[in-house]
Amino acid sequence: MKFNLKVWRQKNANTPGKLVDYSIDNINGDMSFLEMVDVLNDNLVRQGEDPIAFDHDCREGICGMCSMYINGRAHGPQHAATTCQLYMRSFKDGDTVYVEPWRAKAFPVIKDLVTDRSAFDRIIAKGGFVSVNTGQAQDANNLPVNKAYAEKAMDAAACIGCGACVAACPNSAAMLFVSAKISQLALLPQGEPERNNRAIAMVNQMDEDGFGNCTNIGACEAECPKEIKLTNIARLNREYIAASVINE
Amino acid sequence: MWEYCGMARTEEGLTKALDLLKDLRESFWKEVRVPGSVSEFNPELDKAGRVADFIELGELMVIDALNRNESCGGHFRVEYQDNGEAKRDDDNYRYAAAWEFKGVDAEPALHKEELVYENIKLQVRSYK
Repeated sequence: MKFNLKVWRQKNANTPGKLVDYSIDNINGDMSFLEMVDVLNDNLVRQGEDPIAFDHDCREGICGMCSMYINGRAHGPQHAATTCQLYMRSFKDGDTVYVEPWRAKAFPVIKDLVTDRSAFDRIIAKGGFVSVNTGQAQDANNLPVNKAYAEKAMDAAACIGCGACVAACPNSAAMLFVSAKISQLALLPQGEPERNNRAIAMVNQMDEDGFGNCTNIGACEAECPKEIKLTNIARLNREYIAASVINE
Repeated sequence: MWEYCGMARTEEGLTKALDLLKDLRESFWKEVRVPGSVSEFNPELDKAGRVADFIELGELMVIDALNRNESCGGHFRVEYQDNGEAKRDDDNYRYAAAWEFKGVDAEPALHKEELVYENIKLQVRSYK
């Protein structure tokens, strides 16, 4: 297969970037999008040019490192899939494909398609650490969890923290991410003791890092590779309001 | 590595591998071309650093395989066998080897961590 690529090239956060045209041939439809970029980079290195910097790690859809904005969609056209799980057969031969980095104030570009997503780490860190030694873990049956809650918590915990929600959101809001992290803990008895402090601290950090707020657009839910539900944001709002009242 | 320090190793093959690795290391450091610059984010530099590490690790594996004159676990030295069964030498090699780096072309120093078994008796494992 043959593709015309328009790839965002940017030297660093302080230099303006631009879309650069590349054409690539002999691409197998069973190659992932990242493998296609690998081939392109191989060609660029052979031509003595600077290869395109992009984030990637596990390449099996579970690590949350890959982060390309493809044809105006986070992780490309395939539903519920990360960029590494997007295959070239999803495109037509001869297609023009636009590749851009995540765009958000809180995710400054490091180089080309690589952005600094450490704001997410700071939000997670504000959630607190469960590091108090309380002896041996008790029997699981001593902490009964309603099956419906257990499943909701598991669904929220599927978030891989890739930042597609922020990139897709016109407000650059991180609320789907924060709500998934808050929900997975708030729904389980283990997360109960620090529940209120956690909601306040994580939301404050989210605001401090320059993320926007939710206006119920739903682009995050549509683009999330792990299908995190918008209802988590409702839970986040509830947790935050309840914590604000209790902490008063 | 696959050919000379793979599942079955010989003294001859391992000695050859050491020479080949030395050449590989020298040509790597002389001829390696890393795109981009050092003053910016450069994943290619990261990859080149990893290749350098792999060459070092490969050399270490060969040195240790050559030093260990027995067959044990995943280390099968063709010279040390009883009709295809691994022939261990517990008297001389019952230790975990830790090699100390002494410089690029210097012989590394061997530190032995003795293996002490209190509850089991050392014996030959037989699948027959």
